[in-house]
Amino acid sequence: MNQETSTSGGEPIVRLDKVNKHFGSLHVLKDIDLEVTPGEVVVIIGASGSGKSTLIRCINGLEEFQQGSLEVDGKPLLPHGKATKALQKIRTEVGMVFQQFNLFPHLSVLDNVTLAPMKVRGWSRADATEIAERLLERVDISDQAAKYPGQLSGGQQQRVALARALAMEPRLMLFDEPTSALDPEMIGEVLDAMRELANEGMTMMIVTHEMGFAREVADRVIYIHKGEIAEEGPPETIFDSPREEATRNFLARVLKH
Amino acid sequence: MDVTFQFDWQAAFASIPHLLTGIPYTLLISFGGLAIGFIIGIVFGLLRISPLSWLRWPAVAYIEIFRGTPVLVQVLFIFYGLPQLLGGPINALVAGIAAIAVNSGAYISEIVRGGVQSIERGQREAGLSLGLSRRQTFRYIIWPQAFRRMIPPLGNQGIISIKDTSLFSVIGVGELVRQGQVYIATTFNALEVYLMVAMLYLVITLSLSVALRFLERKGLVGQ
Repeated sequence: MNQETSTSGGEPIVRLDKVNKHFGSLHVLKDIDLEVTPGEVVVIIGASGSGKSTLIRCINGLEEFQQGSLEVDGKPLLPHGKATKALQKIRTEVGMVFQQFNLFPHLSVLDNVTLAPMKVRGWSRADATEIAERLLERVDISDQAAKYPGQLSGGQQQRVALARALAMEPRLMLFDEPTSALDPEMIGEVLDAMRELANEGMTMMIVTHEMGFAREVADRVIYIHKGEIAEEGPPETIFDSPREEATRNFLARVLKH
Repeated sequence: MDVTFQFDWQAAFASIPHLLTGIPYTLLISFGGLAIGFIIGIVFGLLRISPLSWLRWPAVAYIEIFRGTPVLVQVLFIFYGLPQLLGGPINALVAGIAAIAVNSGAYISEIVRGGVQSIERGQREAGLSLGLSRRQTFRYIIWPQAFRRMIPPLGNQGIISIKDTSLFSVIGVGELVRQGQVYIATTFNALEVYLMVAMLYLVITLSLSVALRFLERKGLVGQ
């Protein structure tokens, strides 16, 4: 395990120090040390059940951890998932895109995007709508604004979910296997939108099985094995000349087909 | 029975004006009780799923007690039993409304619990991840979806409670069955009058079914 790689400078926006998480007797995350600097795109890979999703879900407090310290933008998240005002504040700065989209089925596409800016930021409907329309335009879905999520394809829904998260103007975006629930022909449109976001300088942490995409957009790739960071480095190093046996075995399995 | 017995339509129709005087009581007890029961159901249904056991426990006790005892016994207890505790009589109408309220409240608590728990965990996570508070997440995301799913079982409960009010003739409240009994006592047309009583219940419950189906269809938009 090393702490070498930060491709851009500045104070880290995410800092994990010896974070441990247990699910009953299961030790899900083991002594995770990790820093992410603003503008960095970190891709997290690993087998299912390795703890990679749990790791990013800890960063916005959807999962609790038991030991260690975790800071987002200099603000600490407390162990044991204490739901505080501070946690809510952190969540307003951290957007998340889920594997299952999790759009609100009872709200139109537009209302999905404007809800949080209006209720959390206190924006007027007019202001929120203006931003929402711009974001829907950006993910190429503005013609669907009046529809409901159930009327959209998976790829469209995931792009709406991205717009919804971006409407809060987050400083950090978390992606939890954003293309795993999509039909193959729709993966590209979601990855395109994410690629564009990365190019604009958004700080991103992405859990994905799309290795081609990882190699292309990542500043740093982290391989998680059995709850530990087994290896990390620039994508070329991880994919072309991994040092660890576990990384080589994993890549051999996922890149074979 | 006399084989030449003829169903007396005239007598049947003649009873209707009298029976109709019971309808306001039936409706008042049903819908008054259900309205209060709905409020009880929301409160206790949500307490029932609280992570705090000292909130959950009383809700479980309430639900089990009032779901597990007959509504007839409940109304007898309220009308004849409680006055001994309170030292004064209770109005029969009030007792009827109270019985429907606590009885339907127990069932509606379970409907509320089921509705809220049926909403996928990801909905809550999405709300929280956007920075909404737990309260906001519940109000804007969980509850509207849960409520839609609650409409069919709520309609069911409404129909059951309307029919339950027929038992309250025993405490002398002048609802539909009671009016039928009073009428039959002077005319002896039990066959005709009870058939009319049954039809009037059917008119009320069918109207509710139709109204709910309309509401459901409206609610389905956007799902």
